[in-house]
Amino acid sequence: MIGAITLLLVFQLVGEVIARGLALPVPGPVIGMALLFVALCVRGGPSTELRGTAQGMLQHLSLLFIPAGTGIMLHFQRMSDELLPLLVSLLVSTVVTIAVTALVLRFLADRSGKQERTP
Amino acid sequence: MSASAIWVYLAASPLLGLTLTLLAYLAASAVHQRCGGHPLANPVLLAVATLVGLLWLTDTPYRTYFDGAQFVHFLLGPATVALAIPLHAQLPRLRRMALPLLLALVIGSLTAALSAVAIGALLGASRATLLSLAPKSVTTPIAMGIAERIGGLPSLTAVLVILTGVLGAILARYIYRALHIDDDAQRGFALGIAAHGIGTARAFQESEQMGAFAALAMGLNGLLTAVLLPLLLPLLLA
Repeated sequence: MIGAITLLLVFQLVGEVIARGLALPVPGPVIGMALLFVALCVRGGPSTELRGTAQGMLQHLSLLFIPAGTGIMLHFQRMSDELLPLLVSLLVSTVVTIAVTALVLRFLADRSGKQERTP
Repeated sequence: MSASAIWVYLAASPLLGLTLTLLAYLAASAVHQRCGGHPLANPVLLAVATLVGLLWLTDTPYRTYFDGAQFVHFLLGPATVALAIPLHAQLPRLRRMALPLLLALVIGSLTAALSAVAIGALLGASRATLLSLAPKSVTTPIAMGIAERIGGLPSLTAVLVILTGVLGAILARYIYRALHIDDDAQRGFALGIAAHGIGTARAFQESEQMGAFAALAMGLNGLLTAVLLPLLLPLLLA
């Protein structure tokens, strides 16, 4: 487990160095994820240890958002001042985004399915 | 030692904030399971509500709490890197769907940011709020970075991101039911675009495949939004 965590941290560290070194707008962990993905493609897959550790971590992904979420208490004033625009915007935008993205994907999948059947 | 002396010690040490975060999460997860995994009993929502209540009752500042909770917060980094593993497991399907996924990514990513800013502006939100709102569909660490870059308030963005995630995780099931979307790859990808890590956590509860596509969408949307928003927003809000 320590080996796997170290590996994840090394990839994050390399990602962070690349992001800051090249002044990229993308955060280090995302670059680390991309690099690990490439490494897994080259290597043919993760070790059992790495897969187990990742699974354990991702199973509790929700936990990791709690500290930042609790920061809502710092913004009660602004949020109650602008409650209506915030609430409507978050709600409508989230629903529309999920619906539009899923419909685009289904439309494209249906189309390519038809093309396969009638060449 | 008197109770107040113990409290002085605990309030100054990271032990309490960290332990409370884990306890609140375990309790919220237990409730979530007791409710049969119902999306309304979202673990993040329940745990945050519990903690805010506790901190408010004990008059504890958020900073003091975060001194302990930052150890959990820090794990967002390695967890983001770890998303490469379920992603890699979906490689064959990814290859087949590359073009549709890319197209859906661009449309979904723009829809998420532009619709939020447009609705907020229409209803009279302030400029700082609009700029904090723009990256709301992107995973927390990326969204905070974007907000800082475009002139929003990173800590407000973190909260809006989490609210978005909770909303997405709760509502997705009903949207998919209404639109008859029943493919796990499509369901996961759309949820990951709109509701980042919290949507992804929800997707993993439904199936491994839905989770992997949500993780993919979250990562790609993070990348794309980080590149697009700093370029697009100055044009929109000029």
